[in-house]
Amino acid sequence: MIDFWSNLHPVVQGLLKGLAVILVIFPLAGACSLAERKISAWMQRRPGPNRAIVPWFAYVPFLGRFLQRLGVFHLIADGAKFLFKEEPMPGHVNKLYYVLAPALAMMPAFATVTVVPFGAYFNAAGDAVPLMLANVDVGLLAVFAVSSLGVYSLILAGWASNSKYPFLGGIRASAQLISYELSLTLSVVPVFLWINAPGTPGTMSLAKVVEFQSLPGFWGGTWFLFLMPLSAFIFLVALFAETNRLPFDMAESEADLVGGFHTEYGAFKWSLFFVAEYSNMLVGSGVFALLFLGGWNPLPWLPLADFVGWLHHLTGAAWTIHPLFVGLLSIAIFLGKVLGLIFVFMWVRWTVPRFRYDQIMKLGWQKLLPLAIANLIFYALAIALIQQSAS
Amino acid sequence: MAVITLQRKPLTFAERTYVPQILSGLRTTFKRLWRPAETLEYPEERPAIPPGYRGVPTLVRDPNGREKCVSCQLCEFVCPPKAIRITPGAVPEGSGREHVEKAPSAFDIDMLRCIYCGLCQEVCPEEAIFLQNQYSMSGYTREEMVNHKDRLYELGGTLPDAHHKWDKKQAAAEHGNAH
Repeated sequence: MIDFWSNLHPVVQGLLKGLAVILVIFPLAGACSLAERKISAWMQRRPGPNRAIVPWFAYVPFLGRFLQRLGVFHLIADGAKFLFKEEPMPGHVNKLYYVLAPALAMMPAFATVTVVPFGAYFNAAGDAVPLMLANVDVGLLAVFAVSSLGVYSLILAGWASNSKYPFLGGIRASAQLISYELSLTLSVVPVFLWINAPGTPGTMSLAKVVEFQSLPGFWGGTWFLFLMPLSAFIFLVALFAETNRLPFDMAESEADLVGGFHTEYGAFKWSLFFVAEYSNMLVGSGVFALLFLGGWNPLPWLPLADFVGWLHHLTGAAWTIHPLFVGLLSIAIFLGKVLGLIFVFMWVRWTVPRFRYDQIMKLGWQKLLPLAIANLIFYALAIALIQQSAS
Repeated sequence: MAVITLQRKPLTFAERTYVPQILSGLRTTFKRLWRPAETLEYPEERPAIPPGYRGVPTLVRDPNGREKCVSCQLCEFVCPPKAIRITPGAVPEGSGREHVEKAPSAFDIDMLRCIYCGLCQEVCPEEAIFLQNQYSMSGYTREEMVNHKDRLYELGGTLPDAHHKWDKKQAAAEHGNAH
């Protein structure tokens, strides 16, 4: 099995791995939409979707009822509905761009996954090997570069629809994305200033950031959330804006723009926008977890290596240090953090009312950007002092 | 009317960052997350109907199972949307109630017209028509939404009657006292 895998052409290997990740992300994005509905229902003290059930599944004694109440079958029903629904194509749209926009929304959402590590295992030498599709040094830079391409799909969708509301939605979305991207990028610079000490090979790799958060000792094991709380805060706020989530959902704002840039879309094309939005959220949460929440380290000051060592010590079983188990464990820990962040996204959505457009612009340019710059200057000076005294 | 001038306090720094307010809001929503649902799952769970509820108008029988309506048509005349249509008829011979003289041979209430005002119940001299608990009417055709006499009695059932007016009249007539 292993031999067969390693004998495959690298391109085929890459394709298969990419396909596997997409096959996880796509249903996960769908599951997030269900979680969104359920969590919003619980916060508003409603039961939420709980009716749909596959006929024969109703006979499974306890599980069937439980899954029905959880609304799991609504997810399947919704997905099937989007696939088989009639695709309406308004007569007044620019057909090429109209069809292109949803595809363009999906591409950056999935492309960014390639450089995001989602787990690690230890090789024979005891070094952590990150699990990711492309272990490249540009890392986070690639995430930022590719994910900002997502704004084109919003603009295209808004413009190709040839209708007022999508147009306004597209304009708002692009203005918002551009203004918050600055703070987003500036807020993570201190992290990379810290891990790129003078004299070491420079890197923007996200796996390297996690490696720094799993070092032994008090300062080594500290998650960057505690080391740079302001950076984490700015990054999180900008992330809400980048993913068009409430309280920054200017792009959609169903109250004043019908549905925003995707007003004229329906059926599968609309669901592509939807999945792209959730994939962006997943990737954004993943990047946040890697940068500030220690990636796949289970607890602050408790790196994965120590955790696995404890497990091995307690159980004495050999499989606890098998790379496959460690890899799956690290993926589970990382995924747990990502899903926790997704919950925070939904939690905030049902707590904070939407900002007005001018408030969003004011917050982005007059508050968050100066704050990010001040934060950068402070940490640049602090890191320079610390590293000078250390050397 | 004294004019009260309110001093609008300038926001503190903490308030201007929104953060404490958002955190307290997050606490509130998180607490709500664990409360049981307030809503009823309608077709299975039905709301409790308070007394005095004005639902679908129905015809009722007296405790002896006799129909109370004497087809005086007052409800038909008073009905603002003209939802009620009564065809008066005679009480059949041999029923023991010939002294009542009249009974509806047909009694239709068009529920697509009814506005649930309750004037028919208010005007009825025989206490024969009542707006009762039923609040949900549905049908596939306009014809289905018209309640005919048998359906009205089925919905109405029997209500307690303190007067037994027509029994008393009959007893009085048998004792030579017409009124």
